Amino acid sequence: MLYAILCYHAEEVVGSWSREEDAAVMEKLAVVQERLARDGRLGPVARLLPTTAATTLRKDREPGIVLDGPFAETKEQLLGFYVVECENLEQALDTARELGRANPGGAYEIRPIAYFQPGGGTP
Amino acid sequence: MTDLDWMHAALAGARPRAVGALLRYFRDLDTAEEAFQEASLRALTHWPRQGPPRDPAAWLILVGRNVALDAGRRSRRETPLPPDEVLSDLDDAEAALTERLDESHYRDDILRLLFICCHPDLPATQQIALALRIVSGLSVRRIARAFLVGESAMEQRITRAKARVAQARVPFEAPGPVERAERVAAVAAMLYLVFNEGYSADRESSPARAPLCDEAIRLGRLLLRLFPAEPEIMGLVALMLLQHARAAARFAPDGSVVLLDAQDRRLWDGRMIAEGLALLDKAMRHRAPGPYQVQAAIAALHARSPVAEETDWAQIDRLYATLEIMQGSPVVTLNRAVAVAKLRGPAAALALIEPLAPRLSGYFHFFGVKGALLSQLGRSDEARTAFDRAIALATTAAEAAHIRQHLDRLRG
Repeated sequence: MLYAILCYHAEEVVGSWSREEDAAVMEKLAVVQERLARDGRLGPVARLLPTTAATTLRKDREPGIVLDGPFAETKEQLLGFYVVECENLEQALDTARELGRANPGGAYEIRPIAYFQPGGGTP
Repeated sequence: MTDLDWMHAALAGARPRAVGALLRYFRDLDTAEEAFQEASLRALTHWPRQGPPRDPAAWLILVGRNVALDAGRRSRRETPLPPDEVLSDLDDAEAALTERLDESHYRDDILRLLFICCHPDLPATQQIALALRIVSGLSVRRIARAFLVGESAMEQRITRAKARVAQARVPFEAPGPVERAERVAAVAAMLYLVFNEGYSADRESSPARAPLCDEAIRLGRLLLRLFPAEPEIMGLVALMLLQHARAAARFAPDGSVVLLDAQDRRLWDGRMIAEGLALLDKAMRHRAPGPYQVQAAIAALHARSPVAEETDWAQIDRLYATLEIMQGSPVVTLNRAVAVAKLRGPAAALALIEPLAPRLSGYFHFFGVKGALLSQLGRSDEARTAFDRAIALATTAAEAAHIRQHLDRLRG
């Protein structure tokens, strides 16, 4: 069974780490990731840019509404995600709209990825 | 990261919201700061024992408010303080109540805290020092180091600025939309001042000053979280990120300045560039251009070109022309001249900057650019005069060293 481990943290705390502190955390995480990769268990790993870089597409109406900032409602739950190569935000929004037409309702939060390891350990 | 590091980061992260809320309760900056200080001390003893609260800012607001109220009561008549255990009984339910109480206010609380540092009577340096002290909570010693002044001089400067701010009586009611927009714009300008104070450093002072850039970016992100749909705030944060991304490449090992053209672009910070470009992308969707967005767009064109030779100077020239219309100043025209020199040659650039001479007669960069253009045109004597003038006006050793390299080349 594949499991997704989703990372939550107080953004203002993480954003207050110094560069050295941030690097130290990433280094410690890398040690765990390497072991998982050696065991052939590690899939993609991503660190997202801050929520200030996020844009949300509400797709519960047609046409959808684009809002600045992260997805902030609590009624809906996180049910899945995509990682898609996009030229820019406009293309990312087009892609999200296309997906939204196939599955209307709810919202997509579009967030650029700061750090990405494709991983190769998973079947 | 140790527990202590974590707690310091948590306290720093919570500070603007907590001090902002305490300022609304007590309507007095010193009381608010002391209350936060006292709450932070308690956090240092309670959090390791009980585990960190779910919302550090709510915890600090609640404890800070209680402590300051107790102190007030105590000074009026000697009512004994409640035992410490009562405070430590704070559970998440109570903190959640505080959070709900403050949720509706906190955007204006933080904005007010930032805004009181922007009083128009305060000179730029005092605005910066005040923001670093009360919003960021940097120690007076660290701020003094960044400004290259003694600690007591900085202490005085901050005290005077606080007194001035107290007289100004910034209203505590929630501002109307027009006033809120004005506050946001004033705060944005102040954050860019903080950033530039860190950015204009030479290499020797940059370890003490670079944190000012980080702090301006952190507060910029905070402002953007409060006002997520403001394209100029996106532009400002993008601009700061794209400029700060070059930090590691800006000085040669001997301490002299390395200009953009000559920088090793592999030293640029890719993550900051990615974030800056993403924010600019978001801003552009609003089709409401402003000076920060235009400057960020110029920085983005540099960030996007893998080598200096591939820079899109024509687009940069157009963007500077736009900026001249929006926010014209001799310095903008001087910057535009660099793009014009690349596009249409040094003679055209020189013609553009010559009319600026009366207004920029005391500006280091004017003579640096003028000297470089003259030497490209082979007018060595005039170039030398301009470079000599630049050295006389240089404010850092790194600037002077850079001009001396030009002079050496003229001789060689």
